[in-house]
Formats: sequence, structure tokens, C-alpha cells
Amino acid sequence: MTDQQDNQIREAITDAIASNDVILFMKGSPEAPACGFSARTVGILQSLDTRFAAVDVLPDPRIRQELSALSNWPTIPQLFVGGELVGGCDIVTEMFETGELAELLGAEGHSEAADPAVADGATLQIENRLS
Amino acid sequence: MPDAATIKARIEAGIPGATADVDDWTGGGDHFRATVVAEAFNGLSRIQQHRLVYEIFGQEIGGPIHALSLTTLSP
Repeated sequence: MTDQQDNQIREAITDAIASNDVILFMKGSPEAPACGFSARTVGILQSLDTRFAAVDVLPDPRIRQELSALSNWPTIPQLFVGGELVGGCDIVTEMFETGELAELLGAEGHSEAADPAVADGATLQIENRLS
Repeated sequence: MPDAATIKARIEAGIPGATADVDDWTGGGDHFRATVVAEAFNGLSRIQQHRLVYEIFGQEIGGPIHALSLTTLSP
């Protein structure tokens, strides 16, 4: 593995976060989450009818390494809204329970049919989900 | 392998004045759940509060500590 490849992954992650209003980095896919924390986070987003892009970090360990380096957050899942890290499963769950998450997602206008504009989906295998 | 008591002691040593309650969530020594109360959390966002705790463990999170589920509170 070369530095150049790592940079490409990092750039693809940065692009994906910038081009998707709501993006979840998770283990597995929304249909088949590979970890309970990812499953719970997907369930919360789906219960709010949130349209979100999902990236599986499992196919290449460098995705997780680069993501954590970029976000300064050690665990998966990681939810980004409007380019900002919201948190992992604990924070998302807490914000869901207090209503803050619905407010955040509503305020960002994600229930509108925003252009899903996927950046470099080939590298990161981004899937867009309409819950 | 880390245990709940060690994780509690490290959190309390790492964040002066903090009190932590830590459970071994699955009994397997790799999934922990902690509630941490600290003055140091005052004025910080949840993300910043959780980072303060995660920073104590660095690369161990995602390694030997597969998961550390957090609830952070200021007193």
C-alpha cells in the first residue's frame, strides 16, 4: 500500500462527506449491518425517514483508518450531517431520545428530496438510501 | 485484557475530578459501557466530551477495547 493510495481514500472520504448531507460510515450495509451499533444507528435514521448515504468500512481497513484520522473519532459507526461529525451510536441514540436528532435533520432539510450526488462511489462503495 | 475496574480507574485518573461507572457489557472483556460525570465536561459539546474519554485510551479503542459506550454528564 502506498501513501498515494491512502491519500486517494482520504480524498474520497472527504468528498463523500462534503457531497452527502447525511452520511453514515458503518460496518456492513443498511440491509445487513455487521455490528449491533451500526444496526441501531441505521434503525434510528430509518425511523426518522431520513435519506442517507451509507459507506461500509469493512471491505478495506484503510477506510476506517483514514476516517478516524480525519474525524478524530475512534469508533464506527460515525454519522455526519452537513459535513460535521454528529457522533457515534451513543450520541445518535441520546439525540434521538431527546428529539435533537429530528430537529437537526429537519433543520438541514433532509426530508426534501435533495440531490444525492455521490462522489467517487467506486472507491468507497457509497449507497444512497431512501430509508 | 482490560476489565471494568481498570477502565474506571483510568478514566478517573485521566480526567481530574471525574467519577465513572463502568460495566462490562457482554462479560467478554471487550465491550464496556461507562457513565462519566466530570466538571471538565462543562461547556463542551457531546462530541468533545466523548473525545476527552476516548483520548485516554487512544488506539486501544477499536483494538483490545472493541467498544466503549459512553454517557457523559456534567455535575
